[in-house]
Formats: sequence, C-alpha cells, structure tokens
Amino acid sequence: MTSTIEVEREQVRETHDVEPDRPWIVIVWNDPINLMSYVTLVFQQLFGYSRAKATTLMLQVHNEGKAVVSSGTREKAEHDVARLHARGLWATMRQD
Amino acid sequence: MKPTADGGVEPQLSRDERTLVANLASELRSLLDGDTDDPSLRRLFPPAYDEEADETAYRDLMGSELLNGRREALELLARTANQKRLSADEADAWLRALNDLRLVLGTRLDVQEDMLLDNLRPDDPRASGLAIYGWLSWLQEQLVAALSAGLEEGTAP
Repeated sequence: MTSTIEVEREQVRETHDVEPDRPWIVIVWNDPINLMSYVTLVFQQLFGYSRAKATTLMLQVHNEGKAVVSSGTREKAEHDVARLHARGLWATMRQD
Repeated sequence: MKPTADGGVEPQLSRDERTLVANLASELRSLLDGDTDDPSLRRLFPPAYDEEADETAYRDLMGSELLNGRREALELLARTANQKRLSADEADAWLRALNDLRLVLGTRLDVQEDMLLDNLRPDDPRASGLAIYGWLSWLQEQLVAALSAGLEEGTAP
C-alpha cells in the first residue's frame, strides 16, 4: 500500500502543473549582520512601503526568521530578488 | 551625516576616517576581481532559487550585473570618500558599499546577532577587526538615519 503515497505525490504535481498562474513569493531571511534600520529603509526604498509597514516586515524577519516581502509573476519576483541581492539582503523566491 | 535638501548627505568625518573607509573599499574592490566563491565573499551572492537549474539561469542572467554594481559602488566610495557633500545617487552607493564591507568583514569575523563587544578579551585575535566592524556599523547607522529622514520629508503629502 505504499503506492498511495506515490499517487498522492503525482496528484500534487499535477495540481501544480495546471496552475501556472500561482504567484511567486519573495522571502527575506534573517541574518546577523544587516542592520534593522537598514533593512527597514531598503523595504521602503524598493517597494515604496510606508515606514510602518516596512518596520513590521523587518521585525517579522528579525523575530520569526523570515518574511514574505513581495509577490507576483515570476519575472516580478526575480526582479525584486535581484534588487534585494544588490542591497545585500538574503532573499529567495518560490512559487506559493 | 547631515541630510541635504536634494536627498543627499554631508558626511561629518575626520580625515583619518575618510582614509580608512576609502582603503577598506579599495581592498574589497580588489577582492571582487578574484574568486567570488571565496567563503567570505559568498555572502554577497546568496542564491535566489532552491532548484539548481533555476539558480544557474538566475546567475547567468543577473550574476555579472550584480557583481558590477558592487564593484562600481565600492569604486565610488573610494573615489568620493573625501567629499564634503554627496548627491542622492552617491549616498545610495555609499550605503550599498558600506553594507557590503560589513557583510564581508562580519562573515570573516563570524559575527553573531547582538554580539557584545564589551565581553571581548583584549588578546582576542578578532579585536581589531571587530573594532573596524563596529565603526562601519556606526557609520552605516548614521547614513541610514540621514537617508530615512530625507525619505520621510520626500514622501510627505
């Protein structure tokens, strides 16, 4: 009966395949070097977030280890990740 | 660091401090001509994707642009270290270059979050590196504060 797991996996994969429009999310991870004030400023500069929203996201990164900071098409997510990388933030992306 | 009306800043630094930051920037700029797989430089180039094929494609697309951006910002920092006044673009390059200096030095020194320098033994071999790291952090805090103040004014209705 171990095959049920395989079947489930196949189904999951198929569901992924038929939903190509699921958004991509950009995740920023906590690191011990980047300053909290700097991370907040970068979120404001890159995404146009208010100081309050940028601070909330920065604290989420700091306290929970990561935060989703933007989402959208694969192209948009990749553009955002590259801009975060240019500023030294530890950012990754994946399909939601 | 005093914010200016056009989004730039005026760094209030001594001659020695300006020389130090210029030398650090030139040093890292030279390192970026070498092997960027060096462990202390790797932190500058984190992966975007979990999947190896996606990551390779991302590197092919963005790798040289990201590397050149870092080189240019460090060159600008070294070149403008003695300026009394920085434009908004120059201040932005300083911000990125200072952060890269902290990332590389902090990685080399294995800096941990909220590390207390007070607990450092005088004979710790990392003492001088940590002193420079602490000073760079202070400098970046000043620059962030000045640019944040400018941003608030700029976005006010």
